[in-house]
Amino acid sequence: MLRSGQPLTGPNRKRCPEDEMLLGSVLDEGERGFIIDTRSAQAAKQARMMGGGTEPKSSYPQWKRLHRPLERGRPLQESFIKLVEACNDASLGMDRWLGRLESCRWLSHVKAALSTACLAAQCLDREESSVLVHGAEGTDTTLLVTALAQVILEPSCRTLKGFQGLLEREWIQAGHPFHLRCARSAYSHARLKQEAPLFLLFLDCVWQLSRQFPFSLEFSEGLLLTLFDNAYASDYGTFLCNNEKERCLCKVKESTHSLWAWLDQPEERKKYLNPLYSHNPLVIWPSVEPQSIQLWQGLFFRWIRSSQYLDEAWAEIWRLVEGS
Amino acid sequence: VENVRLVDRLSSRKASVGTLYLTATHVIFVENSSETRKETWVLHSQISSIEKQATTATGCPLLIRCKNFQVIQLVIPQERDCHDVYISLIRLARPVKYEELYCFSFNPKLDKEEREKGWKLVDLNEEYNRMGVPNNYWQISDVNRDYGVCDSYPMEVYVPKSATAHIIVGSSKFRSRRRFPALSYYCKDNNASICRSSQPLSGFSARCLEDEQMLQAIRKANPGSDFLYVVDTRPKLNAMANRAAGKGYENEDNYSNIKFQFIGIENIHVMRSSLQKMLEVCEMKSPSMSDFLWGLENSGWLKHIKAIMDAGIFIAKAVAEEGVSVLVHCSDGWDRTAQVCSVASLLLDPHYRTMKGFMVLIEKDWVSFGHKFNHRYGNLDGDPKEISPVIDQFIECVWQLMEQFPCAFEFNERFLIHIQHHIYSCQFGNFLCNSQKERRELKVQERTYSLWAHLWKNRADYLNPLYRSEHSQTRGTLHPQMAPCNFLYKFWSGMYNRFEKGLHPRQSVIDYLMAVKEETQQLEEELIVLEERLANLQKLQLNGNKVKSKQQDRSKELVLSASNNSIANTPQEYSIDLKSFPSRSPSQGDEEDSALILTQDNLKSSDPDLSANSDQESGVEDLSCRSPSGGGCLPSEDSGKDSDEAVCLAV
Repeated sequence: MLRSGQPLTGPNRKRCPEDEMLLGSVLDEGERGFIIDTRSAQAAKQARMMGGGTEPKSSYPQWKRLHRPLERGRPLQESFIKLVEACNDASLGMDRWLGRLESCRWLSHVKAALSTACLAAQCLDREESSVLVHGAEGTDTTLLVTALAQVILEPSCRTLKGFQGLLEREWIQAGHPFHLRCARSAYSHARLKQEAPLFLLFLDCVWQLSRQFPFSLEFSEGLLLTLFDNAYASDYGTFLCNNEKERCLCKVKESTHSLWAWLDQPEERKKYLNPLYSHNPLVIWPSVEPQSIQLWQGLFFRWIRSSQYLDEAWAEIWRLVEGS
Repeated sequence: VENVRLVDRLSSRKASVGTLYLTATHVIFVENSSETRKETWVLHSQISSIEKQATTATGCPLLIRCKNFQVIQLVIPQERDCHDVYISLIRLARPVKYEELYCFSFNPKLDKEEREKGWKLVDLNEEYNRMGVPNNYWQISDVNRDYGVCDSYPMEVYVPKSATAHIIVGSSKFRSRRRFPALSYYCKDNNASICRSSQPLSGFSARCLEDEQMLQAIRKANPGSDFLYVVDTRPKLNAMANRAAGKGYENEDNYSNIKFQFIGIENIHVMRSSLQKMLEVCEMKSPSMSDFLWGLENSGWLKHIKAIMDAGIFIAKAVAEEGVSVLVHCSDGWDRTAQVCSVASLLLDPHYRTMKGFMVLIEKDWVSFGHKFNHRYGNLDGDPKEISPVIDQFIECVWQLMEQFPCAFEFNERFLIHIQHHIYSCQFGNFLCNSQKERRELKVQERTYSLWAHLWKNRADYLNPLYRSEHSQTRGTLHPQMAPCNFLYKFWSGMYNRFEKGLHPRQSVIDYLMAVKEETQQLEEELIVLEERLANLQKLQLNGNKVKSKQQDRSKELVLSASNNSIANTPQEYSIDLKSFPSRSPSQGDEEDSALILTQDNLKSSDPDLSANSDQESGVEDLSCRSPSGGGCLPSEDSGKDSDEAVCLAV
């Protein structure tokens, strides 16, 4: 699986032999690859006017392009803000709750993200074909898809250690601009242009997987919540800045502590483990039917509903599992 | 009929080809494939509707919708055969006589004594005694002993001490269907009670002295409170409209010291339509998130569930926190009243959250108080306007509570689903007819078997591993979160998409935890046995030495004691015992997999090359259902003729 930014084809349909050679070298003679473009066909076409574009079939004959539009940027942030508003609206009756939930579109975004990641995984696992994923910049929806696909495909990414490694690789080092994207969150009135909850969307999708496959992830919901918190505001330097270059310039490694180091401590680690975990060497294929995708109550109602009864249930599960 | 195809509606995978059989009680589809020969059994009683669809090139499609939400799509090659099957099923699914129902032919091979014992498993008098009645305030009345006063009530009812037969009879004449106020639940901690009745025949201005006295008696039976709540579970408009028909509700001016309250749960017709709309949403092919959420909202289903729950919460609060008695009624007092009283009881009393207690609750508030099972769930062919998912809604309320309080219930989701299944299956006699009177006349207990005995026998499958009776969550009253709480109501895909296996995790957390719990218990028991044995052997060893030295003169006994010693000293025994112990390590058979249910249409439209067939990952050990007899969870177990659940009850 490969990821990149969009090809800069531009309005004049520029070609780049090096790029064509690079992609050509990935595939063997007669092999076929898939390009998953996370923009709609129309958006991708429009991007040409601004200097971007798509890989033309003639120049990349072995690659088949699939468009799977995923929401990003302002619209995604709006979706997030609307959802949080709806969750906090105590005046909302049951007769209007679902419609309001739907109008936020957040769950539709979760469904789309999971579906696209499954598609990428399917190409690799079932079709045994290589996949190139890109959107526009290659820093948002691209990473969402590649990271999620790996959780689906790869058992090692479902361990605590492996998941941390995945985050380091596919989000932090891959250059997701955390500083810009995870700035003020949903309550702020300052609607920043570059803010968008892609990382939260990723965590939500991982939570959906944990619900559908309760035995297959080594980590618990608690880890996902902690990651969400730290992406926005942290005692640690792990999510600082927008890319490795900036982190180097700011001397993050020299001046701050790593979140992973803290999480790895034995006493902390225990809090983030899933008592039901059992190594599952197979691929986990989630259902993306609407009935299977639920609102992540642990996050969106974290401060609204009491988690006492669920906490007690988890304590009971730990008790049962440890007693055996 | 041969060469019939059974289509998997959700994931247009290849349909399986097989033979369709129609028997007196079931529709059976047997797959042709030699390895599996999977059988799908559907009871006629479960069939809700049959739809013959337009003939296509591949054959004549027949859609069977079941009351347990299973939907079966068959394609029959010949139109003639399809028509025959259709006509036959229509007749078979609409029995005219009770004797046609499965419960009268079902034979679990128990003797008469066992059958009787099964019926005695749930004893209502025992239950009322457990509550604390009869006592100084409440007594049993046999005024209805021949069903002479109210034919839909049980023979024995509990009424306030000060309610004489005269008052009861007078009150019954002033109540719709003669359903006078009677005790449903008594709280011995504070003497508050929940009573139930039907609407008074008050019209605009009618009064009845005895009815007013009856309510006074109920109030007086609770010395801790100087007023009584009267809760009308109907919307105010409906109740007011009833007044024009000579019925209505209690006027606070006429009844001393009552506080009247409308709760606003819709009637059976609205509920029937609501379920219908929700099932249409479930049948949508590859719905978007938007389709689903709008569809669910438009059906209003969760709104109704919440309304029932809110009513139960109000009543439970009145009893537990205010110590005030409540009289509940709707129109006839057998639908919404039953729902609301049983929800309230469940919230108030932890006993009803145990398996036995739940069975008792259903016997009390639904069976004995004359909920019209036949009319509501169509045992026999009847008026379609009487059909309504009343008890389904109650069962869902219980599930919603189980989701909010995972440690509070002794039973699990599967228990609820199987109960719902059997309310419609008519495999057991508990839910036949419309009243206790009718069931006695039909001699149900002599001619059929009790569901409760069957469930009790298989209770290992129905336990909730997180339940502990001494847990804080299980004791006392449950307090569901009040607003904001809309989000707490979830769509119950385990019930309404029960047979769509791709939507559910392949391995149940409940089953896994039960297996772990069982194994731990067995290990602990084994440990005790081994420790005892060790102690005994150590004793023997000491004795053996003594015996040896004593019996050196007597050759015969010497041999014996020597051999005893050698056995006693062998260490291998311990490990053999440990090996013979069913070691089901949790990691075994954990391979989770599920079918990939991508929106097939999506994939197809944009990329016809990509074959979106989602094969299942292999190698899942289904840890469900360890009970040998018809708990009926594994498909292979279900091929037996007397299996209760058709197809795999994969939950």
